[in-house]
Amino acid sequence: MVDHSLFTSVEELAARVPDGAKIAIVKDESGAPMKMVRALIRRGVRDLHLITIPTGGFSAELLIGAGCVGSVETSGISLGEVGGAPQFTDAIKSGRLAIKDATCPAVYSALQAGEKGIPFMPIRGVLGADLVSKRDDWKIIDNPYAEQGDGDPLLLLPAIKPDIALIHARKADKNGNIWIGREHELATMAHASKQTLVTVEEIVDEDFLKEDVTAAGTIASFYISAIAEAKEGAWPVGLTNNYARDDAHLADYARDARSAEGFARYLENHVLTASDRKVA
Amino acid sequence: MDFRREELLIYLVARHLENLGHICVGVSSPIPGAAAQLEKARTGGRTVVNIIGSRDNNAFTSGAQEMFDAAAQGRIDAFFLGGGQIDGQANINLVGAGEYPTVDVRWPGSFGSAFLYYLVPNVILFREEHSQRVLVPKVDFISAPGGSPPEHYRVGGPKCLITNMAEFDFDRDKRNFRLVSVHPGYTVDDILENTGFEFEIPSDVPQSPVPDAETLTLIRGPIAEGIAEIYPVFAKKLFG
Repeated sequence: MVDHSLFTSVEELAARVPDGAKIAIVKDESGAPMKMVRALIRRGVRDLHLITIPTGGFSAELLIGAGCVGSVETSGISLGEVGGAPQFTDAIKSGRLAIKDATCPAVYSALQAGEKGIPFMPIRGVLGADLVSKRDDWKIIDNPYAEQGDGDPLLLLPAIKPDIALIHARKADKNGNIWIGREHELATMAHASKQTLVTVEEIVDEDFLKEDVTAAGTIASFYISAIAEAKEGAWPVGLTNNYARDDAHLADYARDARSAEGFARYLENHVLTASDRKVA
Repeated sequence: MDFRREELLIYLVARHLENLGHICVGVSSPIPGAAAQLEKARTGGRTVVNIIGSRDNNAFTSGAQEMFDAAAQGRIDAFFLGGGQIDGQANINLVGAGEYPTVDVRWPGSFGSAFLYYLVPNVILFREEHSQRVLVPKVDFISAPGGSPPEHYRVGGPKCLITNMAEFDFDRDKRNFRLVSVHPGYTVDDILENTGFEFEIPSDVPQSPVPDAETLTLIRGPIAEGIAEIYPVFAKKLFG
């Protein structure tokens, strides 16, 4: 028996993301919700605060280029082997995108603070980097457990609590449990976020919580707000064990999107008017 | 012996990894990734190699966050960092050139550098381009500093810098680079001309060692195959 209240369409998922929402998207390698990103662009969402976990790829690049993002917190945005992300780069240089530069473990730790329901998390390192002086939300304290007189300054990070985590995963079961395998940061995201919207390659007639071997890599459905089936939902980014990155497509994109006209043409051909299926 | 520039660099980077038990490699690092696999092949598979984004070389089961936790506990012996700019004090800049935040040139961002540089004992700085544009007197933005005051907890830092032209080591007390060797085809004058920061030049600067036939066979065989899983574009360009 499938729980129909959880399952919906990609367009309906996109409609649930309000303008100005604080959204979290994982690094491309762990599952890029590209079909949802294209639906968000079509819906014309604006002024998102995007948090990349901990880095951003094509999903972040496309949302930024399409003008959906007002500010971003990230440890880095690039297109991987294809090179720099041209629209992100342009948006920063022109000043139309506000940025909180971070470092990967700071994003993970702050998200874990959100997951634990505590206000902040300390981490090692980072002191003396310009990252600290450019962030007014990071603070430094002396380790209260240090031997007297030792000082031992530590960086404190405020908890990251996204409004919405956008996730693309391999499978949902009939009860709305999401199988993520070893991509554990997806679970951290879902635990820390108020809502989690998920696209999956397939919905299967199983119960992932029944067997330890699947349960260990599963986000239980009580963290999940809604799910839509989206076959090849990560394309042109790859999905581990399912399909490879479409490097030719991404290389063409990286070349064309250096100009505003080239980017507009890409949106026209692949996002706005084309049916949202992989173009053969 | 005929070899490509990349093969020389793989060999030179791997020389710094000898007998380090656990080597981690970040994103966009095909040459360090290949070097780590070369060291693993040399030890008959005993070296632990974890490459971010790889399937075949990844023993972290709790997501990428586990790697940073492992580093903070001292479980990782070597890591690699580069930079759009690297200065003479080994400060690295992965953010951009010009005035922050609306820089003239924007790079992806600091990634894990601002953490791993402090916590991994052997950080190998690797940047192919050897020019005054990259090797600058002072970076415009410190993604991660080359050194820290004594009151800051720091067990890691720069060990050496390897480029297309030369190899330097880094003195953490004096906080400066020293030219160790110059790659075939280059002279000390080339290095002086193309380096924007001051560095120490010993009276005798040898040519960098080059890979032997056995090493090249390894690089072109199992290493090439292994690296294609994670860097298909690089592997195709280099090995066909």
